[in-house]
Amino acid sequence: MRTAEAKAIEARKVSKRVAAPEGMLQLLDGVDLQVAAGESLAVVGPSGAGKSTLLGLLAGLDLPSEGQVWLDGHDLATLDEDGRAGLRAGRVGFVFQSFQLLSNLTARENVMLPLELAGSDAAGDRADEVLARVGLAQRGAHYPHQLSGGEQQRVALARAFAPGPRILFADEPTGNLDQRTGATVGDLLFDLNREFGTTLVLVTHDHALAARCARTLALDEGRVVE
Amino acid sequence: MNAALRFAWRALLRDLRAGELHVLALALAIAAGAVSTVGLFTDRVERALAGQAAEVLAADLLVESSRETPAEWRNEATRRGLESARTVSLRSVAVVGERTQLVELKAADSGYPLRGRLRSAPAPDGDERVETGLPEPGSVWVDVRLLHLMDLEVGDRIGLGVSELTISRVLTFEPDRGMNVFSIGPRVLIGWQDLAGTGLVLPASRVHHHLLLAGEPTSLAGFTRWLQPRLGVDYEIEGIEQARPELRSALERAGAFLNLAALVSVLLAGVAVAMAAQRHAARQADGSAVLRCLGATRRFVLLAYASELMLLGVLAGLLGCVAGYAGQALIGGLVAGLMGGQLPPPSLAPALVGLGVALATLLGFALPPLLRLGRVSPLRVLRRDLGLPPLPGVAVYMAGGGAMVALMLWLSRDAVLTGWVLAGVLVTLLALTAAAGLLVLALRRLRRRSGLAWRFGLLNLARRARGSVAQLLAFGLALTVLLLLTVVRVDLLDAWRAKIPPGAPNLFLVNVQPDEVGALATRIEALTGDTPALYPMVRGRLVAHNGAPIDANDYPTPRARRLATREFNLSYVDQVPESNRIVAGTWWSEQAPGAVASVEQGLAETLGIGLGDRLRYRVAEREFEVTVTSLREVAWDSFRVNFFVLLPPEVLEGFPATHITSFHLPAAARAGLGDLVRSFPSVTVIDVDALLGHVRRIVDRVTLAIEFVFGFTLLAGVAVLFAAIHATLDQRRYEASLLRTLGARRSGLLRALAVEFLLLGALAGLLGALAASGIGWLLAREVFDLPWQGGGLLWLFGPLAGMAVVGLAGLAGTWRVAGQPPLAVLRRG
Ligand SMILES: Nc1ncnc2c1ncn2[C@@H]1O[C@H](COP(=O)(O)OP(=O)(O)O)[C@@H](O)[C@H]1O
Ligand SMILES: [Mg+2]
Repeated sequence: MRTAEAKAIEARKVSKRVAAPEGMLQLLDGVDLQVAAGESLAVVGPSGAGKSTLLGLLAGLDLPSEGQVWLDGHDLATLDEDGRAGLRAGRVGFVFQSFQLLSNLTARENVMLPLELAGSDAAGDRADEVLARVGLAQRGAHYPHQLSGGEQQRVALARAFAPGPRILFADEPTGNLDQRTGATVGDLLFDLNREFGTTLVLVTHDHALAARCARTLALDEGRVVE
Repeated sequence: MNAALRFAWRALLRDLRAGELHVLALALAIAAGAVSTVGLFTDRVERALAGQAAEVLAADLLVESSRETPAEWRNEATRRGLESARTVSLRSVAVVGERTQLVELKAADSGYPLRGRLRSAPAPDGDERVETGLPEPGSVWVDVRLLHLMDLEVGDRIGLGVSELTISRVLTFEPDRGMNVFSIGPRVLIGWQDLAGTGLVLPASRVHHHLLLAGEPTSLAGFTRWLQPRLGVDYEIEGIEQARPELRSALERAGAFLNLAALVSVLLAGVAVAMAAQRHAARQADGSAVLRCLGATRRFVLLAYASELMLLGVLAGLLGCVAGYAGQALIGGLVAGLMGGQLPPPSLAPALVGLGVALATLLGFALPPLLRLGRVSPLRVLRRDLGLPPLPGVAVYMAGGGAMVALMLWLSRDAVLTGWVLAGVLVTLLALTAAAGLLVLALRRLRRRSGLAWRFGLLNLARRARGSVAQLLAFGLALTVLLLLTVVRVDLLDAWRAKIPPGAPNLFLVNVQPDEVGALATRIEALTGDTPALYPMVRGRLVAHNGAPIDANDYPTPRARRLATREFNLSYVDQVPESNRIVAGTWWSEQAPGAVASVEQGLAETLGIGLGDRLRYRVAEREFEVTVTSLREVAWDSFRVNFFVLLPPEVLEGFPATHITSFHLPAAARAGLGDLVRSFPSVTVIDVDALLGHVRRIVDRVTLAIEFVFGFTLLAGVAVLFAAIHATLDQRRYEASLLRTLGARRSGLLRALAVEFLLLGALAGLLGALAASGIGWLLAREVFDLPWQGGGLLWLFGPLAGMAVVGLAGLAGTWRVAGQPPLAVLRRG
């Protein structure tokens, strides 16, 4: 089901509406976008603009009310939830504002998780390797609550990159960090992205970070603005 | 699959270390512990009973007859690999010089006893040893009573029939010695080879022939099938099932009851499991969203979290089994004495049932909330405000509830008892729920006018109304049981004891010979100042009812079969005895009543005997028929001598009789008893005081065992409390931190917690007292027919016990909440 042009991500006329007490709420309204393999795209806009909603749709975490989304060449509308999860396994990485490490797993086990889900046999070695790459070789046995925010986000980066994903979605990865730590994490993100040649969709408030992406998409009230 | 299991194992270790699953594990261990304690214990008792029953028969199977058993039968038994032996028993007279004594003579074939062992001693006070053989030719072993009665010693010679034999040992124990106190003549045991020489076994003599058999159950069953058509009317088979039926059915009931008690704990544990699993599932929601986001399928998520719980279930279940092993050892020790010796060692299977129950509880109560994790949207990683899928409705727990009922039925094997217990629990639950709801409602009104600690304590109870009602229920139930077993039991026992009239007879004398009646009455009168009534007693068998021969198979219940076929103790009197009342028909007048009878109404009901029915009895080889002309109500708890069937003197007077009497001997006059016993050596004395003491000890021990099992119920109640506290712990932490930031002191917070839990405990205690007095009243009225004094202590003891248990457990569970530095908590959000 691959489309002719090798687009990593493509969205056509994507709208999202939800039922709210006041009636239907339009979260996204006819968003079009394309991201080529290896390209990086920053999504910016004020809080509540619909950035996270768009990210969720692009990653197949949710389905649009109207329009179509292709992820790595697959039409998401043709897949059920488990099908979309299977599509993500090992191929799509995530970094979140609130880190989202599993609190009952150690740093190393968190990094191993996507590798195991993708069926890798050498998950442990690979996890050690990537943890070392983010500068946390000594902290593998620590649990998330024993790590600082910056360290947690570095573990999250290691977890996202460990399976060598084709596409990485990052939702305000520096939003919960102070400026200096945020800058370090941002550097690391782009370094890794270059090394792995990953397609990147980055939602951020941070203009400096957005400027490091090849392209920028501005959202306001669910619409693309120029 | 592998990845999911690995994930599950790691998550389990981590969650255990973090204390996340302790309540769940505790509840499961309690469920397994309760069931395996009871299972292991009842299994041991059952096997002990089977063993004892075999010993009581001295065999696995017995063929009984007044005729010799055909040699062909023994050959067939041997052919089928069974062991066999013969005995012959008869009543005879031992003669030494001028002295004579009625004895129970038994001749035994080599191999006897097939089950159990004989024990004997070289002299009355010599050292007992276990025998493997039988008396040598020409010698006898005798009961020590014969030596006393006839003033003999080991080595003396006694005459039996036409032979004379030497007493070589004192027989101290015989496994198949009957329990019937009315047939005690001293035992004389001889070898088979000496039987013929006595000349006592003649065609007309009353002799019991026994063929004893033992071996594999399948061979026995095969032999029984072979034998059945050959038995005819003269031979009867007795198996283990028929031996000690009263003890067997009593213990079966007790076992069923203990099992149900254990299952009440399992139900409560199930509630705790459901609560703890809900919290666990809620806390795993983020994790499962992340997993889905990283590409895990729904199946993987479910498998991973379910495996984690199943692993926990196995661990906790095994822990519970270990607790069960310790528990059964404890109550086994308590009860072993009652069973007359050691219990066989526990076996593995009942412990595994405990493990199975833990897993079933887990599946029934923890799975429903867990299934929600499969439906958590991966979108939750982006939107924390996305709630969890709705909680499973009551219907989802129906499966768990149904499984519990099935389990109860299976373990108790008694639908009626299970139904009553279930109905009782349901009614109690409903009543408690209503009462708890009202209490919580009342608290809401109360909190408007009270101090700060009180306000927060009350607020907590009222706000978490649903949780509070659940906790009140669990504790109310556990405390109800506790109160029933302590206060109510003591009250009922006291009421029962108070019901025995102060002057009630405490001594029974049986086996009084007709020529001793006058002298004995005089002696008793000298001792007590009252003239005792001595009743003649004639043993007879009921052979026909309204002309139809008695056939055990015609009676529906085992009790009826037993009553109909055993020997009756018949007596004859002129007047209606004291503590008897005619309820139907008329008593015979003294002028020539003819062949009539008066039957106790309970027996009449059991055997289907009515006024005007004709009963045919055989006494000492003679038969006669009587017509029932009256039914009597007998006050059995008067402790006087009473008979099921009374006849007018003229019907029975010609038959050989012994006499029986009862009288009250004050403690001060006890010293005279020894003299009396020595003067009438053939009389058997039954000491009711000793018997009552024995009964009381049995009741005490059995209650202790039951209390122990209900200890699990109490523990399960504590598990529910912990689960309820745990469910609110995150919220409590957050609120406590907020309050502290706003300036509340640690001591103030602790006071508020103390108010909350002490109040909860007191209310649960009140509920428990309410339920316990309701049940106590019902028991007193319906079951024991006693006046109910209301158990005033309940209302004091209940709330106090509740405050102690719930207060301590509650404070222990939340202590750290009040002490936490507010910042850490607030930052974690
Ligand atoms: N399922 C939903 N139901 C109701 N409102 C929603 C839902 N999803 C998002 N929203 C609302 O839509 C708006 C856009 O949300 P979001 O995409 O998270 O914005 P951003 O990430 O740009 O800050 C917000 O106001 C949010 O509250
Ligand atoms: Mg957002």
